[in-house]
This record gives sequence, C-alpha cells and structure tokens, in this order.
Amino acid sequence: MTALAGTGSLIRLALRRDRWLLPIWLVLFIVIVQSSASAWGALYDTPEERASIISQIGTNPTFKAIYGINYGDTADALFAWRYGATIGVFVALMSLLIVTRHTRAEEESGRLELVSAGVVGRLAPLTSSLIVVFGANLLLAAAVTGILTGAGFETTGSLAFALGLALSGILFATIAGLTAQITESARFANALAGIVLGATYLLRALGDTSEGLGWLSWLSPTGWAARLKPYAGEQWWVAGLFLGVALVVGVVAYVLNLRRDFGAGLVAPRPGPARGAASLGTPLALAWRLQRGLLYGWIGGFVFLGAIFGGVANGVDDIFGANPEMEEIVRKLGQGTLVEVYMDLVMGMVALIVSVYSIQAALRLRSEETGLLAEPVLATAVGRVRWAVSHLVFAVLGPALLLLVGGTVMGLIYGLAIDDVGGQVGTSVRSSLVQLPAVWVLTGFALLLFGFLPRLIAAAWAALVVFVLLGQLGPILELSQGAMDVSPFTHIPKTGGEAFTATPLIWLVGIAAVLCAAGLYGFRRRDLATAG
Amino acid sequence: MDTAISVSGVHKHFGRTHALDGLDLSVATGEVHGFLGPNGAGKSTTIRVLLGLLRADSGTATLLGGDPWRDATTLHRRLAYVSGDVTLWPGLSGGEIIDLLGRLRGGLNKARRDELIERFELDPRKKARTYSKGNRQKVGLIAALASDVELLLLDEPTSGLDPLMEAIFQDCIKEEKEGGRTVLLSSHILAEVESLCDRVSIIRNGRTVETGTLSDLRHLTRTSIAAELAVRPTGLDALSGVHDLVVDGHNVKFEVDTHELDAALKAVTSFGVRSLTSQPPTLEELFLRHYEDELNGGRTA
Repeated sequence: MTALAGTGSLIRLALRRDRWLLPIWLVLFIVIVQSSASAWGALYDTPEERASIISQIGTNPTFKAIYGINYGDTADALFAWRYGATIGVFVALMSLLIVTRHTRAEEESGRLELVSAGVVGRLAPLTSSLIVVFGANLLLAAAVTGILTGAGFETTGSLAFALGLALSGILFATIAGLTAQITESARFANALAGIVLGATYLLRALGDTSEGLGWLSWLSPTGWAARLKPYAGEQWWVAGLFLGVALVVGVVAYVLNLRRDFGAGLVAPRPGPARGAASLGTPLALAWRLQRGLLYGWIGGFVFLGAIFGGVANGVDDIFGANPEMEEIVRKLGQGTLVEVYMDLVMGMVALIVSVYSIQAALRLRSEETGLLAEPVLATAVGRVRWAVSHLVFAVLGPALLLLVGGTVMGLIYGLAIDDVGGQVGTSVRSSLVQLPAVWVLTGFALLLFGFLPRLIAAAWAALVVFVLLGQLGPILELSQGAMDVSPFTHIPKTGGEAFTATPLIWLVGIAAVLCAAGLYGFRRRDLATAG
Repeated sequence: MDTAISVSGVHKHFGRTHALDGLDLSVATGEVHGFLGPNGAGKSTTIRVLLGLLRADSGTATLLGGDPWRDATTLHRRLAYVSGDVTLWPGLSGGEIIDLLGRLRGGLNKARRDELIERFELDPRKKARTYSKGNRQKVGLIAALASDVELLLLDEPTSGLDPLMEAIFQDCIKEEKEGGRTVLLSSHILAEVESLCDRVSIIRNGRTVETGTLSDLRHLTRTSIAAELAVRPTGLDALSGVHDLVVDGHNVKFEVDTHELDAALKAVTSFGVRSLTSQPPTLEELFLRHYEDELNGGRTA
C-alpha cells in the first residue's frame, strides 16, 4: 500500500511533537479518575445512602440530563454513572483535538506539504494520527482499569468503564479525521467535530430525560458508554456499535482523503470582496472579523443550554417539594427558594463553561502574535494596548453576553411553563450575571500570562482545570476552606434570600482589573515573538 | 532633517544568542539604502528594533527624529513596512487586507491602490488562504506602497516575485525615490540593489562591516588583470596589493587591490604590454567576499 508509506515515520514525528501534550492529558485523566475513585467508596457505602441518591436520579431530570441514566445500585455502578459521561466528553475532546492537530492543522500551515513531498503516502498523515490517538486511548483504558481495580472496584466492570472512555475517544478521533477532510481550516474542522460532540451529548440528555424519546439516546455515542453497563451486567455488544460507526466514519474519511487535492477541502472557498468595507478600518473591526465565528457558535450553544436547564427547572419544585429531606439538603447549599438555589447551582456550572470561551478569546492574542499576524498590525499606527484591548473586549464582554443569553433563555422557558416570564427572566439573569466576576479573574490571569510569561499561556487552561476540580472534588475530598478559596468561583454569593452580599463581587472585579492592567503593562514592555 | 534612520552601537540578545552586536546604521532622508548581509546576520532584527517590535538592550536608535520604541505608534503613521514573509489572515480577501492595513496606518491613496493592484496583477477578491507566496508579497507591497508615508522599511520584499513583478517593483521604488521618500531595502537580489540603491550597508554577525556608495565599496576590492607581455616579468610579487599572481612564460594573471591599481599597471607596462584585459570587481564578488569571510570564521572588521 503506497498510500500508507511513511506512516511509521509520521507516528514518530507525532509522538515527538506531543511528547508533553499527550502525557499531560493522560496524567490529568488518571488523576481525575484516581481522586474521584478514592473519595467515592466512602460516600455511598451504605444501602440507605445509595437508595437516596438513586431515588434522586430517578426523579430529578437535571441529574439525568447531565450524567445520564444509572443502571445499577452498587457504589461501583453509581461511580460509573456519575463520572462516565463527563470524563468521556473530555476524552473525546482530547482525541479530536489531537487528530486535527496532526492532519488539517499541519496541512493548513503548509508543513505537511514538505512532508508529503517525501516518501509519504496520501493516507499516511491521517493513518498515523489515528494510530497515535487510538494508542493513547488504549493506554488510558489500561491505566483506568488498573486504577479502579486497585481502588477495590470490580474488575470486569472497571474494564467496561475504561473501555467506554477509550471507545468514545476512538470514535471522536475518527470523526475528527472526517471533519479534517471537509474544510480547509483547522479551526473550523475542530469546531465541526466539537459541534458533533456537543450535539450527541444533548441528544443523549434529551433521550435520557424524556419518557417517549428514550430511543434518542441510542443515536448518541455519548449514551453508548453508559449502555456498556459497567458494574451492572455488562453489555459488551455495545462496544460493537462504537467500532461499527467508527469504521464507517473512518472509511468515508479515507475515501474523501484519497479523492481530494492536497490542501483543499470539500467546499471550495468563495471569493471575498475586492475592497474592505468602510467599517473594516480599526483593530476592533479586525478582531470582530476574527472572533465573531467563535462567538456565534457559543451563543448558539448557550441558547440550547439555557433551554435545557430552563426546561428542567420546571420539575425542581415538584421533585423536592415532595421530599423534605432532599429539600433540606438543597437548602444547605444556598439560600432562597428551591428554584433560586437550583439556578445558582446550574449557573455555577455554566460559569465554568463560559470561562472556556473567555480563555479561548483571550488566547487569540497569543496565536495572532506567534502566527506573525500581530506584526503587520503593530507596524501600523496601532499601539500595543489598543491592539490587545481589541481582542480583550471579546474575552471580557463575550462571557457577559453568553451568560445574558443563557440566563434569558432559561428564565423564558421556565417562566413560560409557570406563567411568570417577567419574574423568572429577572431571577435567572441575575443568577447568571453574578458569576461574571469569577470568569473575569480567569480572563485576567490569561492576560497576565500573555504579558509576562507568553510561552506558558496554556497555564490559563490549567488554572481552569484546577478550579473545576476544586468545585467538583473539593466537597467530596473535604478540602479545607483555605484550599477552596483559591478558586474565584468559591466566592460567588448565592443570589436568593437575604444573605446576598456584593462585597466579594467587588473584590473579584478589582482583582480581575488589576490582572488585566498588569498583563497589558507586561505586553507593552516585552519583545514581540518573531520567527527569526 | 537629513537623517531618516540613525542607529549606533545597538545590542540585542535573545537568550544566549547575540543577534545585534553594536550595530551602526545611518540612512539619509531621500535615499534608497541597501541593507545586506548573509542569512542570520541580524537584518530582520534591526528592522524590528526600528519598528519598536523589539526593544534594543543598549545603544541608541532614532527613526524620523523619534525613539522607535517609545514613539512607535506616532512614527508608524509616517512609515510602511513589508516583511520578507508576509503573513495574512486566511479568511480575509487580499483587497480587504490592503484596505485594513492602509487605514490602520492612517489612510491610503485609493487611486494609487487601484493602480498598484493593476500593475502587480493581483486578484484582490481571493481569500488570503489561497494566495501563493508571491501573491502574499504583492498584498504586503501594495498595502505599503499605496500609503502616503515618508519612509519604507522593506525586508526582502520581493522574495517569491517573478522577474516581471520584480521589474515592476523596481519601477515603483524608483518612483518613490523621485517622490522624495526614504527607503531601507534589505535584499539578496544584487541586481535590485545595484539598480536601486544610493548607498549600502553590509552587516555580519550583528555588526556593520561596510557602508558607503557602491563605487566606494568597489574601491575596497580587487581588479583582475591578465596581460601578455614582451618579456618575462619579474618582481611583480613584491608590489603591495597584488594577490594570486600567476606567471606563465610571458603571460601574467593577478588580482590587485583597486587603490593599488595605478602602481601595478605602471609596473606591468614596463615589461612591454602586447595585450591586456582588466575586469572590475562585480557586485557579486564584493558581497561574496564579505559573506565568505564569515564561513572562514570571520576576519577583523
């Protein structure tokens, strides 16, 4: 097969390029599995505790929407329910990003052209990147099986759980292999694969929460991992679904790859305007052109997210109203009415998602710089601060817009259901916008890195991961308040009831402002990245 | 003001690399100044220091009477820059990028823009993603040349252009010069330098090794002489400035430092000249001498 010539060399090249990236991803997953597994056993070790959570899952659509359906009543099975879907999404995300990175991104940059002129077959880049990602996923599966078995989990179930993660990764690696053939831009190829991932998650959420629509979950790969039924009478044949679909998607990707020209996608680019519109004359206008696609995509996602959470909110009072014990637990989490508490909880999660957008928007500064696209702008009469602020506007105001959209849609859907649109939109917008200062602290941290340690700008993602882990695992691991306080998200006050206080918000805004100002100051003083 | 660019003793380090090592450069207002040197000599670094994109570690640099780092934004209204590898936003069309960069600089001459697009035969509707290397350079050149600025900083601007476009570029620069603009032109294309530049500076290892007009520089190098003589010559090897002497019967070949040419020719004619060819140094030899010295481990500058 001459089309595969050079695959071995490209595998070594990919491993060399990813010698930090891959281990960091894998270690991150291993740490998450390890720490959640070690905390889980103690949390639900009595049948009463398990019965209580199972009745919650059965009655609360929020749980089903986020985590899926549970299939067993053992602590092991509940662990698989709680972590399978969420970790699976991140494994899929890792896999698709790495495949695009070694296929379309290389092709778009022109580097692959140099490689392809050697003794390298047309299918070698796609094949080698898939082999690397498949290998990483199998390695992850082995490690996760080992960790869970070591933590006292049942062996067969652990294998099924780990396999579910790895198969999600393998399937989405293949899907990214397909989207890489469709568009000329790596950014767009990632976006397409990401949209597929998001859509399958929502499809499963819809299927798992709606009585008559249960079959929808069977259309979604994110639902299949749960239907392997780890620790609950494993259904191994579901693995065949993953492999079958991956095979079909992979064959289509290979056929497209063989038929298309190098550098081309399926869709031929249309010509653009011969002149710049009168409005395209400021750094902000340029930043808008570069950032608008990302923002549009996120707005679409938040309309969907708001609708789902709004729909679920309708059930909250019924569920908890009938269960005084549960009502007590939820009340401990916050103040105000049950729905207000629910909104604060949901928005706390939404705020973490919004942070992803904010960091993405802020990191565009660095990718413009290293792509030598800042240089032509800064060689004109545009000062550094003005240029940096033009992108920062999106990282700062974008999250506000997204939270506003998500909050409004959520309030609207819930308000329509209970005939109180005016009041509910106000409540949910209030609990969404109150999250902003914490998001901005992360934005500010990203900008600080950009100004002073631009090579380490990816540490902004690490900070987000730490905050997510603190929020998710902190209460389970019973971390001290001092540790929890590291995360700005810990300091967001509850909006319901009397206890609301604006003081921490003012502090967070102040910290974010100082971080941003320091970042801009650092950027004014440092050298620009150059190729030479 | 008669000095557009004045750089003296500028140092710039990148980690352990000493990119600029006391560089001097002086460009008079209204001249086209050639900026030459082997790859990695520090040409692009110098231009980026002049643009305020990099900050010099020490030394002084003045650009159009201002400080290139502190006054970057105001100075940039009066200059335009083209890099040797023009990078463009893949999703924007060439026409959009030309207009955008012109406006960011403070405005561009619309008539000139249209004229240049026609002369360079650029299709401004194509997305930047689809442009070839040469077409990307054209976008950068048109955006720079369509601006009414005093100074052009051009860093190997014609790399990737075909010979026809190269000729059009040279015409454009000649027009710029007639219009009184100052140009700093870094280039490896010697014909381009020879036809455009009033003066040149040659840099190596971050330091200026020669500067002057081309005829000044020619004086610093050697002329080759080949002659057939009436008698077998003697004593030529004792003359100062004579190199690579080969005496073969009545034939003689040697190289002579151009400032010793007169004395050498007098000595040769004393043996009775039957035929004589003399070759002035080509620009290529001039540069190769400077470039090759580096390969040989450098010489005293």
